[in-house]
Amino acid sequence: MNNEAREVGYLTYDILKETVRLPAKERLAKGPVAIIECTEDIPCDPCVEACKSGAISKESLVTPPSIDYEKCTGCTLCIDLCPGLAIFVVNINYKEDKALVSIPYEMLPVPEKGDIVDALNRSGENIGQAEVIKTRKGKSGTHVISIAVDRKFAMETRSIKVKRKENEY
Amino acid sequence: MKEKQRILKHPVLDFKRGRKINFHFERKGITGYENESIAAALFASGVKVFRKSKRFGHPEGWFCGIGKCSSCLMRVNGIPSTRTCITPAREGMQVEPQSAKGMLPDKTSIQVARKEEHVQVLIIGSGPAGLEAGITSRKLGLTTLIIDENPVPGGQLIKQTHKFFGSKEEYAGLRGFEIARIMLAQLKNYKGTYLTETSAIGYYPEEETGKHKFLAVKKQNDSYQLLEINADNIIITSGANENYLPFPKNYLPGIYGAGGVQTLMNVYGIKPGNRALIIGAGNVGLIVGYQLLQAGVEVKAVVEAMTHIGGYLVHASKLARLGVPILLRHTIKEVKGEEYVTGATIIEINENMQPIEGTEREMDVDLILIAVGLSASTKIPFQAGCEKMFVPELGGWVPIHNENMETTIKGIYVAGDVSGIAEASTAMLEGRIVGAAIAEKEALNPEASQRVKESALTELNQLRKSSLLKAVAAGKIKCQQKWNEAKNHEQ
Repeated sequence: MNNEAREVGYLTYDILKETVRLPAKERLAKGPVAIIECTEDIPCDPCVEACKSGAISKESLVTPPSIDYEKCTGCTLCIDLCPGLAIFVVNINYKEDKALVSIPYEMLPVPEKGDIVDALNRSGENIGQAEVIKTRKGKSGTHVISIAVDRKFAMETRSIKVKRKENEY
Repeated sequence: MKEKQRILKHPVLDFKRGRKINFHFERKGITGYENESIAAALFASGVKVFRKSKRFGHPEGWFCGIGKCSSCLMRVNGIPSTRTCITPAREGMQVEPQSAKGMLPDKTSIQVARKEEHVQVLIIGSGPAGLEAGITSRKLGLTTLIIDENPVPGGQLIKQTHKFFGSKEEYAGLRGFEIARIMLAQLKNYKGTYLTETSAIGYYPEEETGKHKFLAVKKQNDSYQLLEINADNIIITSGANENYLPFPKNYLPGIYGAGGVQTLMNVYGIKPGNRALIIGAGNVGLIVGYQLLQAGVEVKAVVEAMTHIGGYLVHASKLARLGVPILLRHTIKEVKGEEYVTGATIIEINENMQPIEGTEREMDVDLILIAVGLSASTKIPFQAGCEKMFVPELGGWVPIHNENMETTIKGIYVAGDVSGIAEASTAMLEGRIVGAAIAEKEALNPEASQRVKESALTELNQLRKSSLLKAVAAGKIKCQQKWNEAKNHEQ
């Protein structure tokens, strides 16, 4: 599956679904949960240490991480500590027809709570508007941005585009 | 054009510029900042043409930006062939472009003071391999000296804004520039010494005794000091050069190597362009693409000749979800522009790597970044006489070395990219292995030294299980076999 993704040039949702075991519908319904989109044998392990509930583990330094969705609390601590920026937290039942998606963000400008931003999918396509619900600057300097998106895009939304204000850059 | 190229706000970096300074370029006044290179100050002031081709008369820019190529050579205060990319700009300097050859200074004669040094370990280069070798050998009780031709130590680490992979021992999760700071603090903690703006110019062993001796030149403002460094052991960690790519007008200013672009934007806070095209989807191309976005540069596309990306999916995915197309089986056909890049044409290629006519696409770019791989910077070990070998898995010609990183010359070691192209964690571990191997040999803390070496070797073998480093592991084994053959032959 990784070879297929390498021929596309990045990890698509279809390939991801076939490569890793994603949380079942029932687990998603229960509340926020981390989705780890790291499928290769990268020698790396900060995610294991980041997880306070011991949900993330690695067989060896070079095996992709696996996650116990029952232990995961969706706390978002792993998001900014993952060097590959490959972890996202999805809360499918945020409210009404909205899901809350938390993503790592290292660009400018940094959005503020209440801002309306463009939600982007894995290939950078604009899939609709999203409201910024929460922002947090992690220890690593990476921001964790939580945005409310249409529920149907919960598993598609992986980035945002923030309008530049004047005098920025 | 002028100050607009300066990056004022960056998501990860905080640029602390020194005081403003003025110098002269072709009798025009140039304003730069203290501690920035001449090339960077010129570029920020809108000077993109660094010389004219002697043969064809066309304009050329700088390329590598890290002191490895010769495209930025200029006459500085009368001294010809000065590498402006690693020479700090200073108040009142006279900088002039030179013809390809560079004339000897006519009136000035350079005063050179000589100085002799004696150390147990001389380390050439202060990147991740050199710093770690220095820390380890100091920790284990050896006297060491690190020399580096750059104005600041840290090699390529200082320009990496992404968080590193690895485990805790290799500073996983920290950004490259943060790792450089920590390593430097550790080196100081163990009272390790280093000299910057000091170039190794050659290996000249003592004639009678055959003892190791390296000559180096230390620059300070306009004075030079010739260092004769007598060392029982030498560790060469001279890093890598960027590969070039042939295509029409590839000489134009605006076409740069990844290291140079990183230096400009992440060390000096200068935007290398406004709209970029990246050639090569290996980790370097993908990472620098992301760094360009962070610096506020639009990245139009990454083109890759192969049928698949060479780098990690997580790096590619970071770019893709920000809307950067990664075009496989594509290459650059030609560049537009007379004085500098004003555009490029890309083209699809077939399975035989031949361009497919009719698939051309115009790209509105003013920056073309070449990231098509690296080759070991082997001038120093080869000048010293270390035997070499062509190992494709290691990026081409490398000095033959064994598991302790010792070359075919006893007491001369290599570590990091000069011993085969890999990545920073590998470089650090190799540096640690060499430092410990020398301490073990010199019978200082033999047990502790052996422990350090063994655990670094175990870690390195762990790393090399990853698919991107498997080829490196295979290449290293070839090298070790060749080293054994050479040694058996000697006996």
